[in-house]
Amino acid sequence: MKYTEKAIVLECDEIGTRIFSLRLRTEHIAAAALPGQFVSVYANDSARLLPRPISICEADPKSGVLRLVFRIAGQGTKEFSQLKPGESVKITGPLGNGFPVDAARGKRVFAIGGGIGIPPMLELSKRLTEDGQDVTAVLGFRDELILLEDFPCRTVIATEDGSRGTKGNVLDAIREIDLDADVIYACGPIPMLRALKEYASARETECWLSMEEKMACGIGACLSCVCSSTKIDEHSRVRNKRVCTEGPVFLSTEIIL
Amino acid sequence: MTHNMSVDLCGVRLKNPVMTASGTFGSGAEFSEFFDLNRLGAVVTKGVASTPWEGNPTPRICETPSGMLNAIGLQNPGFEVFAGRDLKFLEETLLPDEEPAEEGSLALSSGMTGTKVVVNVCGHSEEEYLDCVEKLSGERRVDFLEINISCPNVREGGIAFGTDPKGVERITAAVRKAARQPVIMKLSPNVTSIAEIARAAEAGGADALSLINTLTGMKIDVERRTFALANRTGGLSGPAIHPVAVRMVYECAKAVRIPVIGMGGIRTAEDALEMIMAGATAVSVGTVSFHDQRAALGVIDGIEDYLERHCVPDVRDLIGCVR
Ligand SMILES: Cc1cc2nc3c(=O)[nH]c(=O)nc-3n(C[C@H](O)[C@H](O)[C@H](O)COP(=O)(O)OP(=O)(O)OC[C@H]3O[C@@H](n4cnc5c(N)ncnc54)[C@H](O)[C@@H]3O)c2cc1C
Ligand SMILES: Cc1cc2nc3c(=O)[nH]c(=O)nc-3n(C[C@H](O)[C@H](O)[C@H](O)COP(=O)(O)O)c2cc1C
Ligand code: FES
Repeated sequence: MKYTEKAIVLECDEIGTRIFSLRLRTEHIAAAALPGQFVSVYANDSARLLPRPISICEADPKSGVLRLVFRIAGQGTKEFSQLKPGESVKITGPLGNGFPVDAARGKRVFAIGGGIGIPPMLELSKRLTEDGQDVTAVLGFRDELILLEDFPCRTVIATEDGSRGTKGNVLDAIREIDLDADVIYACGPIPMLRALKEYASARETECWLSMEEKMACGIGACLSCVCSSTKIDEHSRVRNKRVCTEGPVFLSTEIIL
Repeated sequence: MTHNMSVDLCGVRLKNPVMTASGTFGSGAEFSEFFDLNRLGAVVTKGVASTPWEGNPTPRICETPSGMLNAIGLQNPGFEVFAGRDLKFLEETLLPDEEPAEEGSLALSSGMTGTKVVVNVCGHSEEEYLDCVEKLSGERRVDFLEINISCPNVREGGIAFGTDPKGVERITAAVRKAARQPVIMKLSPNVTSIAEIARAAEAGGADALSLINTLTGMKIDVERRTFALANRTGGLSGPAIHPVAVRMVYECAKAVRIPVIGMGGIRTAEDALEMIMAGATAVSVGTVSFHDQRAALGVIDGIEDYLERHCVPDVRDLIGCVR
């Protein structure tokens, strides 16, 4: 079930350079949310018609609090960064499929996030840890660290400038620590996802990747957001899948990057 | 005072003049999680062809001030899946017309008339259009066919038919002959004289016209120094195009005797009323549903409210009232 709500802003804090953490009180969305799902956030300025897809960073079903962490990328996210406690913002969600947490049962898991792909790995790591799974969060940053303290599990860090952890990317970090996993969940820039797809395929590791594409409806109606698939998709009947509906999380072998 | 919201479109009654716009509402199923589709005058489905189409590469859309560009490229699952899944959904979801309670009582105003189904059809060639139209003729739940001869995003067929009056007349006549349902021809605004195209469609036997489809546009991503859309050009829609659409609806409504369905940037009831006063018998709400899933309902409620405020007993009194 998807909901469109006026969510109440509880806090909106700058937690890194141009990176904001927005906590919202929702009626239904937080309770229904799964890690890896996202919400559509609507600008108040109706000259900006299209919703902005933002991943669910944390969702507390009990309090109804939803946390989104986003980087200012343009005018829409800039508007959201100026939200004040007590104000409201229209959101629709939860959207998309989310990470299949059951696939992790009894397995060693890598939750890999690169840059602004880190936020969704937080709720995922929390749920897997609560479930008693063996999860390692592998986080890639440019230089500035965000959300690191919030992760409840073992973390491994890569920074591009080498200021913390391994110098390089998340794969460099994985090779350096010499850990292995049976299941990989990842979200981040396309080059990172591409490298992980290759890494997973070479090792025959199950690998779930969260994809991004421009969206107009967010609910599966407009066919804006497709990615190429290796097989004919059940819904579209052609070789592509809707990121907003069949995704954003796909098995690495299902999609062409 | 009760107000009549229902209108007559080619002899078929719509419970109110508000429909959705093809391609912005999926099959209806996607939006049915947000409101009861039975409140709409009609549901207009995404363009369907006789066989599945892949559509264009991504990015397929980008936002523009008060609008968007799209180059979806008419991706669709083909007639068979459309009929077996999407039409089936609509058949199960939409209540049929109720029989009039007693002899002579016309099922005017609320409740009595069921929401209609308009199926939008696309093709690469005349044969493909006709193939799909023939297949749809056997589908009882389809109340109207809307023939898209105006999509700017497919190279063959589509727009080529839509911009040449002779071509429009020919394809209209061919479709009219093959179709069981009333035929609505959907016109392109990317022409010098849309009234001339409207007359050609009427001459070909169209039962109604719908307009406008999107206006061809382009956006350049200056950071990446390339086109914002993989297709380079796309169709502009949304509130930005509304005044252009109102002008074209006005011109076409004056040029033909068949009903015109107005669309292009409708966001509010006032926008829809502009179209109606310019001569539209019904309107379609499109891109704005991306901003607000329930936008079409707001338009319906707003029109009713207008009738009330201005003591207009019948929405039909407003059709073409501005000349
Ligand atoms: C499933 C999904 C989850 C996401 N999760 C997050 C997140 O948790 N945190 C975060 O900071 N960002 C996230 N993004 C990216 C975020 O959607 C964009 O940064 C945001 O839409 C930019 O809007 P803007 O108005 O600031 O930028 P503008 O560039 O002005 O936006 C113009 C248009 O392009 C679209 N757009 C621009 N960049 C992207 C992009 N990368 N992906 C999709 N659409 C885009 C916008 O939605 C808008 O319609 C996610 C994207 C997707 C698809
Ligand atoms: C994403 C998208 C997909 C569309 N697909 C179709 C289509 O398949 N067939 C069609 O006739 N028109 C299509 N259209 C055009 C709309 O039906 C409508 O004519 C146009 O967008 C103008 O109305 P609007 O400004 O209210 O959206 C599409 C428009 C958009 C934005
Ligand atoms: S955004 Fe419309 S189908 Fe995915």
